[in-house]
Amino acid sequence: MKFTIFILLLPAFSFLLLALAGKRMKPAVAGGIGTAVSGIVTVLSCMTAFLYFGAPRLQDGTHAVLIPYNATWLPFTETLHIDMGILLDPISVMMLIVISTVSLMVHIYSFGYMKGEKGFQRYYAFLSLFTMSMLGLVVATNIFQMYAFWELVGVSSYLLIGFYYTRPAAIAASKKAFIVTRFADLGFLIGILVYGYYAGTYSFRPDMVALMSGGVAMLPLALGLMFVGGAGKSAMFPLHIWLPDAMEGPTPVSALIHAATMVVAGVYLVARMFPLYIGFAPGVLEAIGWTGAFTSLFAAVIACVQTDIKRVLAFSTISQIGFMITSLGVCTSLDPQQGGLGYMASMFHLFTHAMFKALLFLGAGSIIHAVHSNEMSKMGGLHKYMPVTHIVFLIACLSIAGIPVFSGFFSKDEILTACFGYSPLMGWFMTGVAAITAFYMFRLYFQIFWGRNPRYDHTPHESPATMTFPLVFLAAATCMAGFIPFGDFISSNGTAYHIHIDKITAAASIAAALMAIGLAALKYARTGPILPCGDDLPDSARGLFPALHKAASHRFYIDEIYQFITHKIIFACISRPIAWIDRHIVDGFFNALGWTALITGEEIRPMQSGHIQQYAIWFLGGALAITVLLLLI
Amino acid sequence: MDYSQFLHIRSEISLIAVIMSLLLFDLLAGARMRKYFQPLACLLMLLQIGINLTPGRSAYLFGGMYVHTPMMTAVKNILTVGTLITFLQANTWLKREDTVFKQGEFYVLTLSTLLGMYFMISAGNFMLFFIGLETASVPMACLVAFDKYRHHSAEAGAKYILTAMFSSGLLLYGLSLIYGSTGTLYFEDLPDKITGSPLQIMAFAFFFAGMAFKISLVPFHLWTADVYQGAPTQVTGYLSVVSKGSAVFALMTVLIKVFAPMISQWQHTIYWIVIATITIANLFALRQQNLKRFLAFSSISQAGYLMLGVIGGSAAGMTALVYYVLVYMAANLAAFGVISIIEQKSGKIETADYNGLYRTNPRLAFILTLALFSLAGIPPFAGFFSKFFIFMAAFQSGFHVLVFIALINTVISLYYYLLIVKAMYINPNETPIAPFKSDGYTLISLVLCTGGIVAIGIVSAIYQSIHALGYGL
Repeated sequence: MKFTIFILLLPAFSFLLLALAGKRMKPAVAGGIGTAVSGIVTVLSCMTAFLYFGAPRLQDGTHAVLIPYNATWLPFTETLHIDMGILLDPISVMMLIVISTVSLMVHIYSFGYMKGEKGFQRYYAFLSLFTMSMLGLVVATNIFQMYAFWELVGVSSYLLIGFYYTRPAAIAASKKAFIVTRFADLGFLIGILVYGYYAGTYSFRPDMVALMSGGVAMLPLALGLMFVGGAGKSAMFPLHIWLPDAMEGPTPVSALIHAATMVVAGVYLVARMFPLYIGFAPGVLEAIGWTGAFTSLFAAVIACVQTDIKRVLAFSTISQIGFMITSLGVCTSLDPQQGGLGYMASMFHLFTHAMFKALLFLGAGSIIHAVHSNEMSKMGGLHKYMPVTHIVFLIACLSIAGIPVFSGFFSKDEILTACFGYSPLMGWFMTGVAAITAFYMFRLYFQIFWGRNPRYDHTPHESPATMTFPLVFLAAATCMAGFIPFGDFISSNGTAYHIHIDKITAAASIAAALMAIGLAALKYARTGPILPCGDDLPDSARGLFPALHKAASHRFYIDEIYQFITHKIIFACISRPIAWIDRHIVDGFFNALGWTALITGEEIRPMQSGHIQQYAIWFLGGALAITVLLLLI
Repeated sequence: MDYSQFLHIRSEISLIAVIMSLLLFDLLAGARMRKYFQPLACLLMLLQIGINLTPGRSAYLFGGMYVHTPMMTAVKNILTVGTLITFLQANTWLKREDTVFKQGEFYVLTLSTLLGMYFMISAGNFMLFFIGLETASVPMACLVAFDKYRHHSAEAGAKYILTAMFSSGLLLYGLSLIYGSTGTLYFEDLPDKITGSPLQIMAFAFFFAGMAFKISLVPFHLWTADVYQGAPTQVTGYLSVVSKGSAVFALMTVLIKVFAPMISQWQHTIYWIVIATITIANLFALRQQNLKRFLAFSSISQAGYLMLGVIGGSAAGMTALVYYVLVYMAANLAAFGVISIIEQKSGKIETADYNGLYRTNPRLAFILTLALFSLAGIPPFAGFFSKFFIFMAAFQSGFHVLVFIALINTVISLYYYLLIVKAMYINPNETPIAPFKSDGYTLISLVLCTGGIVAIGIVSAIYQSIHALGYGL
């Protein structure tokens, strides 16, 4: 498996090439290089998967964990060292496939979507950088390497959200995303420090003997802190606020980073550390599960009232990641037959979600490309103009709503089964959220493709082949991915697990989804006169729950709360008074002295300003304060 | 007397030789030769680095008055590289009409302060320590006031010399208390006699206050912003990196060697001072409009992070500290290099002036961005690794809460560092700073710094070789 190193090296090379020499290339050449590299990486990833899963299993029925490369990079002590390497195990190989495939599709799609944009070469350079860092993240052999690539992913996301750097909203969004996730990464970093210190290693599988003698008691803290980092990247409540704003970036970027790959890094992190969570911090895992469950409901409710097509999808992403996190959280053992089903379900959903959510975003991009607006009120009746986009979008909607034969049904069914296995409350809760999911997705679908038909400035038309090909490809993947015997490849303890559909759970969820779809059809599929913009929700819903509707359309005021804390409390109550004191009292005092001194002459003003005496008093006071402090303790 | 002892102080001897040659060149060189002044100075600095490249063996010399360890050589070399970069960046400034005739003074004064720092670092006795400290501060005041006909510079010089005198007075008073209570000034003899009596606590507090002035820790930082703003930008860069780095290292050696019996006391002191320093400096930095003032507060907060390496008093802390100084030097000198060349060429120094810099001077904007990213500690730049190691060291010494507070502050600092980046790349500006061509020397120095920012973190050999030098006492 030595060739796997090229999976990382090729995108890195393409990034350097495009970043350094991109400006001198024609846009098509730069895009071609990026896409070709991405294509080779996809082929290599598929080869890796084929060889890896094709190899015979070990005696205990698991797939071998391979480490084709590992180099010690920074040694601290005998056991504590930072390595750089490549680790292949079922989930990392699965992630390689997901990332490289979606990345390739986005590379191709961007040819059409970004055509004629300023900075086309720069865009492809950043895409390569992102692909490289994301691939590096999933194959990391230790938690520190993961963190390094984790941050690099954050940087490339920052660069890509802010791609339209002339738009203030894009800049604000990129800054917000960067700072919010950096803040969460703080938790991650502290978690790593605690982990390294108490477990004595950065590797994912600490030596049990050393761990027992060291600090088992501190592991829950370390793992909890790590999840804070994961929650930031995966937009879990209350750190989700950056993701909807990140939609300011180009739509293919949203598809790649903010739907399919980067945002599931948190899920991947929990899955990666799963044996430790199960073994040493089941309480933390449970809290993670409830966080995910709450987030999925919260985001789903907000998604019902958004009017911007990309924001609906953004909240839907948050909600779906909530499903994956919940599914991991409801695990109670390492055995997939008994309480460990959620792990497999979560990874399965990650896989199918990547395909259908990328499809939804790319489809949304195709629509935006045609009507030049993100607002749903500017759309309607598009099924006539955009047949291909219409069909693939419908497939994706059916999949996310959990309608059989589409991939989302299979993975969501496993998640719900796992939730019911944990507790009936959790099971019904998540079934309810799944029903809301079906409702808001079909609200979106009907409003865009059916419904009222606004007057278009010019007739919308289907997108070029570079854009429809990825759509069709992903649609095909969405139709077929559900039939993959996923449990054979991935399960919580590595042995083969045969997926079977739980009939009652499936029936309940299908019934709920169908009812929700029917409701959406009833409310939004009507054709009729054009209503004023923004007034798209029928009065009945608003009349029934006026407060809830208002709160939901303000995204439950979470952004306002953050705004309040940062601006009103930190800036206004701490920074501003200090600055004010600096400017008015300290400076003002000396300025006043300076003014009097001006009368005697400009030259001696500095000498007479009184600064130095003031400083000297502070010095002396400081020294005495230290003395007093030390004498008192 | 064993004259072979002098072989061990080769770094000081060779530096004195460099100073003498430059002094003589200043006196004797004819008008036509003077344009070779800067190349000569830089060349001699390179020679100085070359001579001291090998770390040598540990040695106690002159009855314990002077100590030599491999780690000290490494620190001295780092400081020398910082000085060389400062010299390179001074090109445009020194060519100005009102400075060109006295550029010799600039080199000699700067190197005199460096010599003082050398002695301060290698001192084995408080007497030599104090002489080194004073040799490092008195010429510094002249440097701060170098543009003496410019109002700001003269004012800053006066402020610097007066506050420095006051702090030296405090420090000297502390030393006299130590001598009074123990009867010796030798570092070797002192630990046995330090008991932590109230008198010695007072002595420690006054000594620490004097050093905290040099490092500009809160509340001994008040001079920093005024002096940094008023001094010529090259001098500010030198002050913020070389002077500060040497003082932190010297403080750490003294704390470990002399005040070892009082470890809980000084850890307690540093604990609160670090919190105050990082937090207050960050809050002030948020609001600064003048870039030099901004970097002054940024450097105060960086000093707080440096103290995290000191607080543990461990070998890991020392390695992390030296590494941090190296990384900080690359980033801060890159920032000052960009600011100084822009100040020389356009006279602009406010944040608002930097709006739209990316359009007109993309390369300078890029270098400044890298420098700020490194200062903020964003991976994969060197600043991230230096912060990681220093946090790790403090964490291993058991200061968990402190590390947490410091980490929160790094996020706050990210905000204000990004403000500058935003100004350069995003804020619109009708009249951005006009495009210009930097001189070759500045260009070399910026390339050196940028290389450092990118490579020091990734090339793990650097950390390991510092680590291999060991404790370095």
